[in-house]
This record gives sequence, structure tokens and C-alpha cells, in this order.
Amino acid sequence: MTTHALDELKIGGLGASRKRVEDDRFIRGKGTYLDDIALPGMLHMEILRSPLAHARIASIDTSKAWDIPGVRLVLTGEMMATRNLAWMPTLSYDTQAVLATDKVRFQGQEVACVIADDPYIAKDACEAIEVEYEPLPVIVNPQQAVAPGAPVIRDDKENQPDNVIFRWEVGDKEGTDRAFERADVISRLRLHYPRSHPSPIECCGSIADFSRATGKLTVYMTTQAPHIIRAAVALVAELPEHMIRIISPDIGGGFGNKVPVYPGYVCSILASILLERPVKWIEDKTGNLISTGFARDIYLDGEMALRKDGKILAVRMHADSDHGAFYSDAQPSKFKIGLLHSTFACYDVPVAHLTATGTYSNKAPGGVAYRCSFRVTEAMFFQERMVAAAAADLGMDPAEFRRINFVRDDQFPHRTPFGFLLDSGQYAKCLDVGLKAIGYEEFRREQAEARKRGRLLGLGISTMTEPLGAGNSREFDILGIKMFDSAELKVHMTGKAILRTGARTQGQGHETTWAQIVAHELGIPADDVVVEEGDTDTAPFGMGTYASRSTPVAGAAVAMAARKVRAKARRLAAHLLEVSEEDIEWELGRFYVRSAPDRGVTITECAMAAYSNMPDGMEPGLEATAFYDPPNLTWPFAVYLVTVEVDPETGVWDVLNMVAVDDCGVRINPMIVEGQIMGGLTEAYAMASMQFITFDADGNCVGANYMDYLLPTAWETPGYELHSEVVTPSPHHPIGAKGIGECAAVGGPAAFVNAVIDAIAGTGVRNIDMPLLPDRVWEAITHRRDVSGAPPVRGDG
Amino acid sequence: MTMVYEDRGDQAPGDVPLRRIRFTINGQKKIAEVEPRLLLAHLIRRGVGLTGTHMGCDTTSCGACTVLVDGTAVKSCTMLAVQADGREITTVEGLAGPSELHPLQEGFRAEHGLQCGFCTPGMMMAAKALLDANPDPTEEDVRWALSGNLCRCTGYQNIVKSVLWAAGKLRSQAAG
Repeated sequence: MTTHALDELKIGGLGASRKRVEDDRFIRGKGTYLDDIALPGMLHMEILRSPLAHARIASIDTSKAWDIPGVRLVLTGEMMATRNLAWMPTLSYDTQAVLATDKVRFQGQEVACVIADDPYIAKDACEAIEVEYEPLPVIVNPQQAVAPGAPVIRDDKENQPDNVIFRWEVGDKEGTDRAFERADVISRLRLHYPRSHPSPIECCGSIADFSRATGKLTVYMTTQAPHIIRAAVALVAELPEHMIRIISPDIGGGFGNKVPVYPGYVCSILASILLERPVKWIEDKTGNLISTGFARDIYLDGEMALRKDGKILAVRMHADSDHGAFYSDAQPSKFKIGLLHSTFACYDVPVAHLTATGTYSNKAPGGVAYRCSFRVTEAMFFQERMVAAAAADLGMDPAEFRRINFVRDDQFPHRTPFGFLLDSGQYAKCLDVGLKAIGYEEFRREQAEARKRGRLLGLGISTMTEPLGAGNSREFDILGIKMFDSAELKVHMTGKAILRTGARTQGQGHETTWAQIVAHELGIPADDVVVEEGDTDTAPFGMGTYASRSTPVAGAAVAMAARKVRAKARRLAAHLLEVSEEDIEWELGRFYVRSAPDRGVTITECAMAAYSNMPDGMEPGLEATAFYDPPNLTWPFAVYLVTVEVDPETGVWDVLNMVAVDDCGVRINPMIVEGQIMGGLTEAYAMASMQFITFDADGNCVGANYMDYLLPTAWETPGYELHSEVVTPSPHHPIGAKGIGECAAVGGPAAFVNAVIDAIAGTGVRNIDMPLLPDRVWEAITHRRDVSGAPPVRGDG
Repeated sequence: MTMVYEDRGDQAPGDVPLRRIRFTINGQKKIAEVEPRLLLAHLIRRGVGLTGTHMGCDTTSCGACTVLVDGTAVKSCTMLAVQADGREITTVEGLAGPSELHPLQEGFRAEHGLQCGFCTPGMMMAAKALLDANPDPTEEDVRWALSGNLCRCTGYQNIVKSVLWAAGKLRSQAAG
């Protein structure tokens, strides 16, 4: 490197806590979210939803709705059926009703919709639709779903004699059974990860705009994956794919909620085609909470075979997963229950076996990856709760138990018993940082002292790695579409550039961070790179942003596209410097002659030459597209430690301190990384403390608004201490990054629960299911018994 | 807000009784003809065309629609437009001066107080009401003042820092 190299931090390259580009519009109220878009002649759509969870539809009378002035169209399932649109395929090889025809299968299901001049009129007209229902028996959990004589929810499907969607297994059953026979101690735990809703503040919606004149359908849509939606619309609506344009504008949070295809999208598209007017559908909060993309809702039976000295010999798990009425979450097609089998990945477990059963119920479609990489949240929660229980059963210190079972630094790449290949990590080192930061030994002494005086202090640990960045394409596809991603970089003649990717930011800050990768690779200042995403007419094909895929896959594609540009720029530099390419060296922002380092040309000069002075025979221009198919998943590691105090009189618990140690590899923008971690920790706190949606025995959703579905505010949310000392770059990612958006939400919940269980250790209570509401904790302390969060069944009292 | 309807020979939609209201928004005086049931948030967004005031929950819970009405932070999804008659409304678009940002806007950018940005206008307006009343709040004061506003991205820690940053700047401006 010569003295001419640019200072990477000054140009906003890797490691710069660059202020966010997108903030300039958001802080002025000048973002463009879906509901901010108004097109000429636009109409408004409202959906009528089912009040019952399971009922046959006897009749639908829409005549009074048609009579209301300003109503343009009333759609029912019967009308949809005449166009073969009453049902649509899901992203998981199932079907889902767009508007109900035969019966309703969950409360909140779409029954009819009204398109009118004004949204108030559309709402009025929905209330004027009269639907007669004949109630049917309701199923609200997997136990009921498989009970003998259970009503078959999906009687619309051939070859569906019961409510089982799939039975899936992975691992070595016989080997696991043998290991359990040799065990000194077997630790068992039964857990429920309750149903929850990702609940971004902005709800879902779409504006469909079909033009008969051009034959083109443009749909503005709150989607995290616009290209997948384009493919789905092409298949469902049987429209030519090149005449479909999906535009995902600024998105007010996604968290997995905005991945699936929803009936409202389809209805607005059909309405626009029929009326030849733009049709806007904006979901209200209740509609969002009761009908779209639920998550979790898994019951687990877990067992660990242990040696007396603390070594894990084997793990056995069975999961019962409630998917609601339609299997419509987007899982990679080979993995029916997502990546649940990433469980125990950070521990050196010799052998393991996992079985899973997925069932239908009369609840809204569930199972979406809510801020996680395909159900790893459940995987890591079960793992860390089981590990805490195992350590307690052995009478071992939970930190020490983890340490002796961790995959060691010299074992990478490490194959897990379920077949994943871990890329890298320094697990024990992260744990050490965390223990020191929380003051582990000191807290244990303080805890013992406090207990003598009747105060209940607890400390919870959660240590986990998770698989991010699906694919590789060998193993990962959705509906057969391989999971890769893409970037397209165009360098203009003045050295400024535009970058487009197949991902879609929803708050992660791609407009800021992608430019930093370009700055790192090319020496073009980040401020000179504009980033665009979300328009399928301009962005290269990509699978979208969810499952922490963006940095591991699309971010890698950005680096690879920039490297292609640099390779061409090198040839231009050789031409300008009149030397052969082999004699050229690169430093940030500049090529120079190896033997004469002061002779050089900047990347900007190369860009100008690409349009004005290219060598004979060279294709003009300086741009490149890269499709990146990752060779493996990336595996960030995290240690989360929480201390709490539980009030034995009320069951209320307060967080005293929380420490997070995240090793997510190379950090592109440390400020944004820390923002992601704090957001994730808060969702973890939410899950552990208050956030769940339950259903009564009749399938009524209890939690259909923000007064019943509790989300933490600034008042309840604790503060966090973040640590970034440990950095293990991914060996296979172009810039060594691993992804961070979801780690804390995935690994955090178990830390809170472990802390509360630790605080009440004297009671013999092994488990309280989340959320740890004060009444549950009080019940556990007072009656010295485990508290299950399983939803009620009729007759329970 | 003019509406044109199909003439189907039935009751004209114009028969819905409209009310005339006068209000000031971000310093500009306005007159509107509104249905009595029209929500203030819809008057602001669809009537005046200021879309920075977002609607998240429709039930006074999330605070994304927070505006100032005569200086008080109000969730505009649960106030009727007719109730704004004669009042002075400030929205996020009214925060910045002609040439420079309000310290709250600067603070949110400086302290990474936003991610998706959807809750941000409401957060800033709730924070403005706080700082107008209490120029030197503690962290606890800020957390309490913002406890009617939900954010799903940030975990609030940076939002609190942003508001304290703005308070500091406003105080130094006042002193200078």
C-alpha cells in the first residue's frame, strides 16, 4: 500500500458507524410507506372477516352492500371461484382460501370484500353484508387435532383424512436410543413456545393498479420478498410475469409478517383488473393480528442423556407444531419444520434424534419465521431451557456445564448430529467475556446472601449459535426456487454509482450498509453510492429479506459485483498507465504500477475511461451483476446473561442487568449492528415477559388489539450492555460477515426465563411457560409447581 | 375533499351532513368540510395531504399518529376532525424550520433512534411535548413520556438517547 490509499473509515467503508442515509426522509415524515401512496382514481378495499373459528357458510347476502352509494364491487368466494381464484397456493405446497366458499376455518378468515370510493364507505358496506354460519366443532391445539374423531379441518383437500400436515424426522434414532441406555442421568423437560405475532407497527396492504391499455399490472405491496410475490402472482393470477411489477415501498417493519402471500393482495389485484382502477387495501390492526403470519406455537418433549461429569451423550426431541388452518409459512421445502434441527448446534453432541409433527387447527395460519431463520428461535429456546434444566439436574454450575460441552475452537468446521456444518466460532471466549461483564462470581455470592433474607435473585444464561443466510441452493429452495441472492452495480462515468439488490430493507439500513461494502471494495465513498431495492422492474432477481439472509447472501452479492467491477477497472487502469495488467497493484481507491507506486489512477479515473477512453476491443461501461449462491450457512454466536429479582409476594420480576456478547463476524456498520441487537433483545424480553396471543376453547383470538396483545414500551424495557470484543469472521463470506438482525430475538428469551427459574430455584419448579406473567410466577412460587401455558380446552374449567 | 359518485338515482351521498371546520396546521390556516365521523388522522393524511403522521393501530395504543393539538400530544386516530375546529395542530412536517432540522430530528439521526421509521414521527411529537414542558428531563422522565408510543425495531434505548441529545442541544441553544 502506498500513501495514496484512501482512509476506509473516512469514506464510510467497513467498520464505519456511518449515519443512516434513509433517516433523512424518515425524520422529516417524508418516507413513502404504502398508505402514503395515492394514485389517480384510486378506490379503497375493505375485508369482511369471519367472527367464528370453524363454521359452514350457509349463505352470503351482499345486496345491502351493493346498495350503498359509492360501492363499486363486492367480492365473495363464489365470485372468486368463477375465476379460479377462491383458493391460492401457499409458499409451502399447501392451498389457502382467498375468500371462503365452503366454510371458515379460523376467526378472522376473509369472507368477502368491498371496493368503494372511500374507505369509510367500504367499511360501512362490509357491515351491511349478511352471512349465515353453521358452527362446527373447533380445534385449537395439536393435542385436539390428532385426537380420535377430531373433525377434519381441511376437508377441501383430497387425501387429507386427518389434521396432520407432516411428520418429519432427522438424526440417528438407534444411535440416540443406545446412548440413552448408557446415560447416568436423563434430564427431561416439556415446553411450550406460545403463539406470537411479529406485529410490525405498520400493517399489511397493497395497491393494485392494472392498466388495460398496456396490459401491465403494478402492485405496491408491503412485502419483504417482492420477486417471490411476482412469481406467486404470475402463478395465481395466471398473468405473464414480465407484465407484473411489484413495488415494495418503505416498509414499517416486517419481522417475518410480510413474507407470506395474503388474500387481501389477491383480492385487490382482481378488483383492479375487473374495475380497471387502482385499488388500495390497508389492513387494520385487528385484521393484522388475527389473520396474518403468526409464529411459534410448538410443544416440545425434550430429553438429554448425560454423563455424571456433565458431558452430553445424546439429545432426543419431539415437537408438535400448530400451523393453523393453512400451512402457509415459507419454509425451505426440504425442512418441514424450518431449521428446528439447528438445535444444540453449539454443543458437541455425539448423537441426536428429532421428530416433528405439524397439524392444522382452527387458528390463523402460523409458523412464520418471526425475526428468525426458519424456526431457529424455537430451536434455541428449547436448547437453552433444556441445558439449564440439565445443569440443575446434575447439580452443576450452568456456565461450567455449557463450557465443557461447547464445540471447541479447534473443532471447526464442525458437523452437527443433524448434519449442519458450523463455519467458525470462539464460544468459550464469548462466555468468558459475558461472565466477567455480568460479574458472575460476585452475583452468585450476592444471590446467596439475598436468599437468606428472603429476596429472590436469579441469573440466566443463554448461549447459542444459529444458521443464517439460506441457501446454499443445494439444500434450500422455496417452491423449487433456489435460495440465492443478487446485486447489480453500475458505476457512472464520474465515479458515482447506483446499486440494486434482490433484498428489501425494512429498517435494517441497507441503503447505508450496502454502500459501505462498495466503498470497501472499490474505494468509492459510500456517500457516492445510491442504493435501490424493492422494485421488480429494476432490481435483479432475489429471494428477499428475512431469516437474516441480507448480509450473508445479498451483502455477499454486493461484494462480488463490486469485485467484478474492480476486475474490469484493473484492465482500464493498465490501459491508462500503459503497462500490462500483471504489473498493476490495488489499494483502496487506486491502481498503481508495482515498480513505480507513484504512478497510478483512481477508480474515478477508471470509471471515466470506461465511457471515454477504453482500449480497442473492450466493451464500454463499468457495471456488473452478481448472483451469489452461498457455499454454506453463516453461524454467529451469542451469549446473553440476565439478572433479575422476583417478588415472591406478587410474582413480578424486574431485570437488574443484561449483558449481550455477540460475535457476528465482521461488522459493516457497528452502530447499526448494535441497533439490531437492542431491538432483538427487546423482542426477547417481550416474549419472555408479556407478548403472546392465545385463543379460547372456541377459537376466539384473545389479543386482537394492542390493549390485549401486550408489547413492551420504553417504560418496561430494560437497558442493555453490549459487547463486541470477540470477532470471528466467517471463513466463506466475502467480507467475513455473518448476520445479526435476529440473534438477540432468537437467543434472548431463554436467558430471561432461565433467570426467573434460577431465582425460584428453592421451590423445585423446573418450568414456567412463557410469557412469565406475574400470575404464573406467583402460582409457581406459591404452589411449588410447574406452570404450563398450554391453551385451554373445553371442559377444563 | 370532493367525492364524485355514480348517479344511481338514489340518495345522494352528499346528504351525509358535512361540517365546516377551521384549523391551523403547521402555521397554515385551513378550512375543511368534513363528515362528523372523520378522524383527525385522516383529515391530516388524506385531507391536508401530510402523510408523515402514520396510523399503526387505530386504537390509541401505538402512538404512531401522535400530533400536537394546541401544544398537547394527542393520538390523532382517536380524535375527530370536528374536535380540531379552531385548534392549532403541529405534525412532524412542522418540526423543521425552513433551513434546519429540529434538534429532535437531529438527535434521532445522531443516536440511531430509528430503524424502519414508522413510529418515528409519533415518537418525535410525543418527545416535543415533553421537552416543551420539561427542558431538562431525566432518562426516567423520557421513558415515561414515551410510554404511550410503541416501537418494534429499536428497543427504545437509542430513542431515549435521541431525546436526551435533543434536550441538551435545545438547552444550549437557549443558553446561547
